[in-house]
Amino acid sequence: MPGPPKPFTISDHELRQRALRRSRRHESRTAWAFISPSVLVILGLSIVPTVWSLLLSFQADDLVTPSRWVGLDNYYALTKDPHFGQAVRNTLVYTVLYVPLSIVLGLALALVLNQRIRLVGLYRTLIFVPFVASATAQGTLFSFILDPQFGAANAVLHALGVSPQGFFTDPGQAMPVLVAVTLWSGLGFCVVVYLAALQDVPRPLIEAARLDGAGRWHLLRHVTLPTITPVSVFLVLWQTINALQLFDLVYVTTKGGPLGATTVIVYFIWEQAFKNFTAGYGAAAAYVLAVALFVIAAGLRVLRGREGRRLEGATR
Amino acid sequence: MTATLTTSPHRAAHAGAPRRGRARLPFSPWHLLLAPLALVFAIPLIWLLLSSVMSNAEINRFPPALWPSGIDLGGYRYVLGNAMFPRWFANSLIVSAVAVASNLLFGALGGYAFARMRFAGSRVLLVLMLATMAIPFQLTMIPTFLVMKRLGLIDTLGALIVPSLVTPFAVFLLRQFFLSLPRELEEAAWIDGCSRLRVLFRVVLPLSRPALSTVAILTFLSTWNDLTWPLIAINHDTQYTLQLGLATFQGQHHTQWAAVMAGNVITVLPVLLAFVGAQKAFIQSITSSGLKG
Repeated sequence: MPGPPKPFTISDHELRQRALRRSRRHESRTAWAFISPSVLVILGLSIVPTVWSLLLSFQADDLVTPSRWVGLDNYYALTKDPHFGQAVRNTLVYTVLYVPLSIVLGLALALVLNQRIRLVGLYRTLIFVPFVASATAQGTLFSFILDPQFGAANAVLHALGVSPQGFFTDPGQAMPVLVAVTLWSGLGFCVVVYLAALQDVPRPLIEAARLDGAGRWHLLRHVTLPTITPVSVFLVLWQTINALQLFDLVYVTTKGGPLGATTVIVYFIWEQAFKNFTAGYGAAAAYVLAVALFVIAAGLRVLRGREGRRLEGATR
Repeated sequence: MTATLTTSPHRAAHAGAPRRGRARLPFSPWHLLLAPLALVFAIPLIWLLLSSVMSNAEINRFPPALWPSGIDLGGYRYVLGNAMFPRWFANSLIVSAVAVASNLLFGALGGYAFARMRFAGSRVLLVLMLATMAIPFQLTMIPTFLVMKRLGLIDTLGALIVPSLVTPFAVFLLRQFFLSLPRELEEAAWIDGCSRLRVLFRVVLPLSRPALSTVAILTFLSTWNDLTWPLIAINHDTQYTLQLGLATFQGQHHTQWAAVMAGNVITVLPVLLAFVGAQKAFIQSITSSGLKG
């Protein structure tokens, strides 16, 4: 290392080195003291339960009496269980409806709100505000609004001359209604994430394209959208993971009904483990979900990596 | 954020650019789309407030009243007097406050150790901790229930507090933030003979307000709003949180909608007030955490 120019900083540098050496002796012990609470809680309530869950999924366990080893029977039973099949189908229907709608509408709204219009801050706030309300609050509120007898929704429909609807009590409507409620509360998230991404689109890129005579649509298609692709991939991943884990809202509004029309996978897991006390069976279902989530996350990560490289090449 | 949205110079330049000859409204035509849309998002919450001050007679007729004839606080009197909402509110407050405080403390300690200190096994532990962020809660909830049962914590607030004491997210987010701070500031404090703990609390944390507020906001939101875990861990109604209390109360009082909505207002109001008070910080926390994830 070349010597610093002034004698004052030499002594300063030496002092610094001495302090570093002194502290390093105690460093390891201090570091472990610092991280031990996190390690204890995170590993103890995360790694250990993950392994435990795997073991549980190979057992017949009712959470009370000693469990029995049954090998892959729980997984085999899942493939034959029509209720699990229905839960998987319901979850996929919900996800296929919710994720693309939330992302396409979120992007469209963000593009509109990313303009120089008055009151844009107010619009953004109003669209985002339902996101902070809990699923329980959303669920009780919409159970009330959509109550077939006393709800405001049917009152409005009545005034418009439309016959009263069943909403959550109609097996054909319950799932689309759940999608609508979660769009009401979840769209704001996509909007603010896209708005943040749109702020980061490099200005010179837009100016250059505009000088080349690119129109609005051209600009969107060839400049804006490719630039925010990593954010879109993230949102697809995030929204999909959340959609596959839907539970609280279902518990509060439909309890999986009517006729199992809204029984989603997590509801099925909860029911098996904590209502029917077949914890091993529930754990097996949880592992199926976890593996599905992992595959989706890994797949999109690969995609994101490829998109990132492509984009780098394009802007170079 | 609002400021950058409305006054960015290139957009201003664009607005001033020559346009095709078109009849101009006195306001942007986008308002015709945005105003009704914003109303659609706002109406359910407005309706929540309105119906919580209606009488049951106004609600339980068809078609129900869409505007209260007067302010009737019967719903609030019922949930605050006959039901246990004050107790549940206190429970939620205790659980959320402890979770926020402990995530800040343990997240800062852990994050600082990972960011600045050298110790055996640090890399392996960091990777393990990152990996746990990918484990969905559904996978761990059954064994976590069994662990809490063995610890004798089921049906106590302890069962809600212990699993949320510190999250890998808090540790990792603070680690990333600490790494972005210049080392020189801390080194100067070491030379003065400060311990690591003092350096962390006197030098590093005062510079880390954005990251700390992100951890605080997201921890508060997730613990206050959680239903799944309280539903599993708590059976006795004296230990309910607000979310579990509201969900159960709704099931038991199906026709007393004014009371259910009053309970609902009590449940969402703290979050809404926090959001309105610190909107910028909320939105920044939520978007930044997402984009880094």
